[in-house]
Amino acid sequence: MRRAEVALERRLFPSSSPEILAAALIMTKLVEWLFGVSVVGAAWALVSFDLLDLSLPQTYREVAWPMPLYLLVSFGCYSLATVGYRVATFNDCDEAAKELQGQIKEAKEDLRKKGLKM
Amino acid sequence: MASRKTSLPNRDSEDKYSILLPTYNERENLPLIVWLLVKYFGESGYNYEVIIIDDGSPDGTLGVAEQLQKIYGEDKILLRPRAKKLGLGTAYIHGIKHATGNFIIIMDADLSHHPKFIPEFIEKQKEGDYDLVSGTRYKGNGGVYGWDLRRKLISRGANFLTQVLLRPGASDLTGSFRLYKKEVLESLVERCVSKGYVFQMEMIVRARQLNYSIGEVPISFVDRVYGESKLGGNEIVSFVKGLITLFATT
Repeated sequence: MRRAEVALERRLFPSSSPEILAAALIMTKLVEWLFGVSVVGAAWALVSFDLLDLSLPQTYREVAWPMPLYLLVSFGCYSLATVGYRVATFNDCDEAAKELQGQIKEAKEDLRKKGLKM
Repeated sequence: MASRKTSLPNRDSEDKYSILLPTYNERENLPLIVWLLVKYFGESGYNYEVIIIDDGSPDGTLGVAEQLQKIYGEDKILLRPRAKKLGLGTAYIHGIKHATGNFIIIMDADLSHHPKFIPEFIEKQKEGDYDLVSGTRYKGNGGVYGWDLRRKLISRGANFLTQVLLRPGASDLTGSFRLYKKEVLESLVERCVSKGYVFQMEMIVRARQLNYSIGEVPISFVDRVYGESKLGGNEIVSFVKGLITLFATT
């Protein structure tokens, strides 16, 4: 096994067993997301529909019920704002382009002197 | 020789940097990029070699490369051409086989990547002994030239999506201006299966999986001095497909 893989394995599983290793190996981002969504979804359903008969105060249920939609819309707004900001502040390298043009001229001249035939 | 040593302190180091230049129809740009590489490496004093991997360009790129070899020497300019266009991953593998350096620099040969950043890459690498250093257009004073609003929007949007889905720990995943330790590049290339933009993304994602350390240096990306830039529907579709694949498999 490569050094980096062994190091990774040792960091995660001090006493690694093949089954744990296998589980970790299929922990893709997709699986992480599905797991996260399931946990949050279960918690939401639990509170919103009072699945365990916990007799939570009415306010908890009222707040929890629209949460998924609220979070989704919030994330959408955050995404728009972030991408918009990043596009607006995307550096335009005018100086770099000018410098490059100058260097291209210099290079062509120098190469011509050195005997390059284009 | 004594005066040379004092003005080029980096020459004492045992590090050697192999620059891989896969080319296809770069007859105009190749002399310019090589000239710039020679200039900046000469000024910095680091030990280097340029490996030109031409995939049977019909425009005579190889002929130009041979002239450059005569001008700058066979120890500095290595030609390792291939018969036809075979793709970037195999070009890297091919280049690594012939590289005598302990570090590999990959970059585009069309002047969108400027060699002046290479000394910054090298310094960054030494700073933290990073396994790889990636040039980023999105952080610090990195940026682009020659992109319209549409291109910028697509680029930032795609990068945002990638950050949300993959949380890669690097700000610029589709960039291809990077410095790798030779053994790191070897191990990554043999693990990667994608093509095009997605190949570069997969390299970073796998690097993180293998716990390699990644440093970043802001770069300026000057879009196509000669020729046309490509970002059509096809590229976008294959990018999304690749992103979903990486999301589901890594």
